[in-house]
This record gives sequence, structure tokens and C-alpha cells, in this order.
Amino acid sequence: MTVENTILICAGGACISSGEQSVKSTLEEEIKKHGLDSVVKIVETGCMGSCNLGPLMVIYPEGVFYQNLKSQDAKEIVEEHLLKGRVVQRLFYKGPTGEIKPRMKEELPFFTKQVKVVTRNLGIIDPSNIDEYIANDGYFALNKILEWSPERLIEEIKKSGLRGRGGAGFPTGLKWEFTRKSKSSEKYVICNADEGDPGAFMDRSVLEGDPHSVLEGMMIAGYAIGAQYGYIYVRAEYPLAIERLKKAMSQAYEYGLLGKRIFNTNFSFDVELRIGAGAFVCGEETALIRSVEGMRGQPVQKPPYPAQKGVWDKPTVINNVETLANLPVIINKGADWFSSIGTEKSRGTKVLALSGKINNAGLIEVPMGTTLREIIFDIGGGIPNGKKFKAVQTGGPSGGCIPDEYLDTTVDYDSLTKLGTIMGSGGMVVMDEDTCMVDVARYFLEFSAEESCGKCTPCREGTKRMLEILHRIVDGEGKLEDIDSLEELAISIKDTALCGLGQTAPNPVLSTLRYFRDEYESHIKEKRCIARSCKAMIAYTIDSEKCVGCGACARACGVNAVIGKIKEVHKINQEACIKCGSCYVACNFDAVKKVDAVDLVED
Amino acid sequence: MPTILEADSGFKELDKYIDGIKEKKGMLIGVLHKAQEIFGYLPVEVQSHVAEKLHVPESTVYGVVTFYSFFTMKPRGKYPIKLCMGTACYVKGGSKLLETLREELEVKGDEPTKNGLFSIHEVRCLGACSMAPVVLVGDNDFHGHVTPHKLLQILDSYRQKEGKRNENKKS
Ligand SMILES: Cc1cc2nc3c(=O)[nH]c(=O)nc-3n(C[C@H](O)[C@H](O)[C@H](O)COP(=O)(O)O)c2cc1C
Ligand code: FES
Repeated sequence: MTVENTILICAGGACISSGEQSVKSTLEEEIKKHGLDSVVKIVETGCMGSCNLGPLMVIYPEGVFYQNLKSQDAKEIVEEHLLKGRVVQRLFYKGPTGEIKPRMKEELPFFTKQVKVVTRNLGIIDPSNIDEYIANDGYFALNKILEWSPERLIEEIKKSGLRGRGGAGFPTGLKWEFTRKSKSSEKYVICNADEGDPGAFMDRSVLEGDPHSVLEGMMIAGYAIGAQYGYIYVRAEYPLAIERLKKAMSQAYEYGLLGKRIFNTNFSFDVELRIGAGAFVCGEETALIRSVEGMRGQPVQKPPYPAQKGVWDKPTVINNVETLANLPVIINKGADWFSSIGTEKSRGTKVLALSGKINNAGLIEVPMGTTLREIIFDIGGGIPNGKKFKAVQTGGPSGGCIPDEYLDTTVDYDSLTKLGTIMGSGGMVVMDEDTCMVDVARYFLEFSAEESCGKCTPCREGTKRMLEILHRIVDGEGKLEDIDSLEELAISIKDTALCGLGQTAPNPVLSTLRYFRDEYESHIKEKRCIARSCKAMIAYTIDSEKCVGCGACARACGVNAVIGKIKEVHKINQEACIKCGSCYVACNFDAVKKVDAVDLVED
Repeated sequence: MPTILEADSGFKELDKYIDGIKEKKGMLIGVLHKAQEIFGYLPVEVQSHVAEKLHVPESTVYGVVTFYSFFTMKPRGKYPIKLCMGTACYVKGGSKLLETLREELEVKGDEPTKNGLFSIHEVRCLGACSMAPVVLVGDNDFHGHVTPHKLLQILDSYRQKEGKRNENKKS
């Protein structure tokens, strides 16, 4: 019997956590119960990207997209859709306003603006099955380049214009050329899968959803530079990625795609996994090398570059997961095809992770040169709850915030650098009017100060001093000269720190000072937090006109700070109040107000 | 929890693992991962054992253990609660969850509760930012879009499972 329906279920991290397993097992049971197991095929795929809608599935041949599934929905889908051919409207995607959107995956606005190169197989193939990867052109590129000379391969990648996706954007072909030229019989490829930036989950999704593309990319890089051995350095926080990589490696060994004399050529390549242990600085390449060697991950001065002296002091190429996953496609479709996507100086696409105050949080891939507005509003669906967009943070702790007047900026390496931030690895955290930008700066600095490895003084001590000042401002004790001190410290740390961590740690402060200086000033001069988020500067009061005396606020309060008898107007004892906001959430009559504490005193 | 000295079957398991990876270079971090998986934490006894087996100075082992936040020298609760303090989770109220948890469990830092059931760990981005804020209990029990209320329910479900009362309520 031939297969009539193929059901793709997303088994990405977010969908698994929201109950994919139970949906899948009910689906399987029901299909079996109705004797459909020979005509319906179920495939668990990698992340489809629309993570906020999970668990989700797409049923082919039609391509009907069902979302937000519970296990009992699977029963209905089998009985209605599969047996009677009637789609289940109830489970379609509805826009933020509640209207029913198109039922096909391809028609959702979330998907139409995307161009999938790196994520080509995500949501399409079963990542734990090497045959599905092979059926989608997998390992063809490797076969092809093994007939080329390494020099020709390097030329092709140079021509494609591919730049490293790990943050710095260094041209990949050039990096390979340097490493190729280093004389040594022993060389290494390291895949950087440390993905340390908070708010980033691109590499995770690729590793989980298409691990073979990363393995194939590593072998291509290995052939180019003359390496026989590769390490994948994955962070310990990604157990599923580790599991899928292990499986992919053992399948590749079984098929002879890893190991000795691959495709009967003289090229041999082995891969080993190394698991990180929770240190952000290990994403930096020299620190990463130390960590691969099993030591403390402290960075060292460059030069010598890893291209000359890397792991075990041998020439080493370090490439990011996404960089590597691009390679097979570039080889298969050609450098010219790849360089026709994107902008002059940033070719190809970028995978981005959207999160924060945005409707369609998830994983997307767009051509370089797409504007922030298209990304946040067209694909991302805008800001929830009718709130106003304030800023988008890119580049993690090394990056900065972009305000709304620059929403028409295109996303590419150079435009973002011009705005005082960086592309970084591709995490985009969206912030709305309720987010305090001084607090955001403080948050990132706290991150960098904690993750500083302590080797160089500017980074170890400088970030601490900056953090103290920021704490002071957020706590309502800032002084006017604090802003100048912050700027001075920031500039000297940038100039003198040893590695990329310290050199970029002040960026979040500098960029918020550049675009949101008024927020710093109002914290200091007026003791007001414009976003009404800094606890030291807000207070809760009860509007006596609106309070009906239901007592919900008093019950919600954990410290007995709300006083008043039932059916009478309640009051908040400001001395006792810890500003947790529970009463604010509990009130159904909009009677609890959040106000600036300074105004309260004047009452 | 048995003391480390009693748990000699753990040492046997660790030695077996070390013998299996002997010819590979730079396995110290890998061995420590395994040791922590077996013993739950890395007290000095375990560190000296690893140092001896791998022929590296104890100071090197100690240096690595203290450098990486994943390794701990203190026992953790039976159910370590990992609160994500990544950007997305922070923006969506992660610090409020931390407050709730600290208040409820009355513990400082990452020490376990009196009944040994829970410990609180602030962790870096768990890569599930689309579901922020997120909480991970143990290694696998993952919760997204968590509210303070939901968090307390999660704690209760574990207390029930273990037949334990709320650790800090006197009555
Ligand atoms: C503090 C710091 C953290 C970094 N973290 C990562 C990371 O998590 N993943 C990554 O691929 N690159 C990271 N990098 C960049 C790497 O040092 C390196 O440039 C990159 O892996 C090179 O690969 P690419 O050329 O393919 O981009 C980090 C750099 C610094 C300074
Ligand atoms: S910030 Fe919490 S999972 Fe990413």
C-alpha cells in the first residue's frame, strides 16, 4: 500500500517541552486503532520555527498546519482529517486578533518572507535518520568536493562571500586559506556549538534538527585545510542536541561517511564530541581551545592565531555551527547562487532567534538585508497586548539596543555595526515600553562581570565598577557624574581588555546611553523610571473611586500591606509594601495603580 | 544520600569510564562530568581520586572544577530547580520567579532545603527563549511560560510525589 498522508510533527526543543510526546503517542495509537498505520507516515522533525504555537504538525499532501495541540486533539485529527477528509478548523492558526489565518503552512505570513538555506531541512526531515538527510542531497557536497583540489574548494568558498556566523563575521574562505598554508601534518577543525549568548537558540535548533549538515560541513572544512580530526564543542545545557549529534555520528560511521578513506578517497576524518561545563567565555576561540583540551577556559593573547597554533598547538580552524551548515548548500548550488542572496558585503541568509515581547517568538531565517521592521512586525507579528515597541537587542552581551527610529535598518554585519551594536550570533530580544533600558544595561553588565574569567584587570575590575554605578542608578541613588564615569570606564575597558568578552562588554551600556540617555537622566535627576519597572522608583496605590472592596488585593498580598475591610475602599501601607505587584495583578477593577514613588510623597 | 566514602561502587563505575577513554587526550572535563553524574557533586575526595587516575596535579582538577559553573562541590537538592536568567526570561519576569522561590523555600544561594528536596540554581539561557520565562526541574522536567502561581504548583507536585510537606510551614 502506498502512503496517503505524511504527518510532520515538530520535535524541536520548545515543542517537546510543551507536550509533543503525548500528542505523538495519541496520534500513533489512534492511527493504529483505525488501521491506518500502513497508509499514514509520521515523521518527527526538527524545529519548524513557530515555537510559540507548539506543539504543531503539518499534514501532507495538502500541507495543513495545526497548532497548539493537546493529546486529545490528535484523536480528532485522525477521526476527522485522516478518516473523513474534513479539516479541523478549530486547530488552525489564529492571528493575534483572533481571525482565522490561512490553513496552509506555506501561506502563513510567518513563513512567506523566509528563505531557508541553513534551516533547509528543519521541519522537513527526521533528524535521527541519516537516510532522510541523504535523500535531501545530504553528503552529495562532500562527495563532490573530494574530486576537487582543496585549493579549488577554498576558492569557491571565497567566491561565495560566506562570512562566519559566530559573531565576528570573518570571511570563511580566507580563514581556511591561512590554516591550509600552516605547515603541519596534524590539523584540526572545531565546531563552535557553545552558543552562549542569552536569547540565542539558532545553533541549538540546527544541531537538534539537522545534525548531519553540521557533520558534513566539518568534513568539508577539514578537507579544505588538510585536517583529519574534528571536535564539536557543545554546551552542557543542550542535552537533546548532544543526543542527536551522537546518533548522527554513529550513523555516519556506520555508513562509512566518517572514518577511514571516505568515498574511497585518501580523505579520512574522525569527529569527537566535547561537552562544555557552563562558562560563557569558552565561546571565545582561544578559551574554547583550552576547554577542548580539558583545562580552564581562559583566553590567550592573539597572535599566534588558531590558524597557526590551535588545539594541541596544531593549526586549527574554528567555525560556528551555522557557518558549517551553510557549506553543503553552497557546494551543491554554487557560489554564484549563494552570493546572489543578501547584500554586497553580507552574502546569504541569517538565522535569527526572536524572543522577548514579540507575538511570534521562534526561529526564522531571512536574507541578509531584510529590515528590522519586516522581521519584527511582518514575520514576528509585532508586540503583544497592544504595547509599544521600544527597542530590539542584538548581539547579546557584546551587542546593543536599537530604538524604533532605526527600524528600517537592514540586518547585515555593517549596518548593525554602524548603529553601535553587532549582528552577533543572531539572537534578537524585543523590548516594549515596560522594559527599563538602564536595567537592561545593568543586566548585561552583570552577565559580563560574572562571566569574566578574571585574567585581565580591565575586564575583571572595570566591569565591576561599571556595575556598581548601574546598581546605584537603578536603586535611585545615582549621581549626575555617574554617566560620565560610565562612559570613561567603558572606553578604557574596550581599549585595554585581553579578549573579545571584555572588549565588547561595555557595548550594552554605550548603546543605551546613546539612544536612551533620557532614561538614565530621569533615573538620576527625577528619580523616575520611565518604564515603571525599577522597584526603587515605583509605588502601588489604590484608586478609591474604582475600588469596590472585594479584598482580592489583600488576599494576594504576601506581607499584609493592604488594609481595609471587605466592601470598603482598601489602602496600601507603603511602609510594609515590598512592591511585588501581586495586588496589581489580582485586581479585576483596574483600581490598583502603579505610580512614580516621587509623586506619592507629594500627595 | 550515602557519604562518598561508602559509595565505592561509584568509584568503580568512574574507574571503568576512565579506563575506557584512556587513550584520548584532554579528557579531564569529560571525566568530571561523569563523576558529577555518579556522585551528584564533586567533593575533594572525588577530585583527588580523579587527579590520581589521570596523573594530573590535584590543583589542576580543583582549578577546573571551580572555573566552570556546571561543576559543584556541594550537594544539591534531590530536585535542583534551574531558573533561567537569560535575557528573554529576564525581560519576561524571570527575576520575579526567583523572588517567589526564595521566599517559598527560604534558602540562600544554591544550598538545598532542610528536607533536601530542592535547591535553587540561577542558570544561563536554556535555549528555549520562545517560551520564556522557563524553569527546569532536574534534568528533564521542563516548564515554559511559568508564572509564580504555576511555579508553586510545580513545587507541590514534587512534594506530593515524595510524600513531603512544605519544608518551612510549621503546622
Ligand atoms: C566572549 C565571546 C563569546 C563567543 N561565543 C561564541 C559562541 O557561543 N558561538 C560561536 O560560534 N562563536 C562565539 N564567539 C566567536 C568565536 O570566538 C569565533 O570567532 C567563532 O566561533 C568563529 O567561527 P565563524 O568564523 O564561523 O564565525 C565568541 C566570541 C567571544 C569574544
Ligand atoms: S533566555 Fe531563558 S531560555 Fe533563553
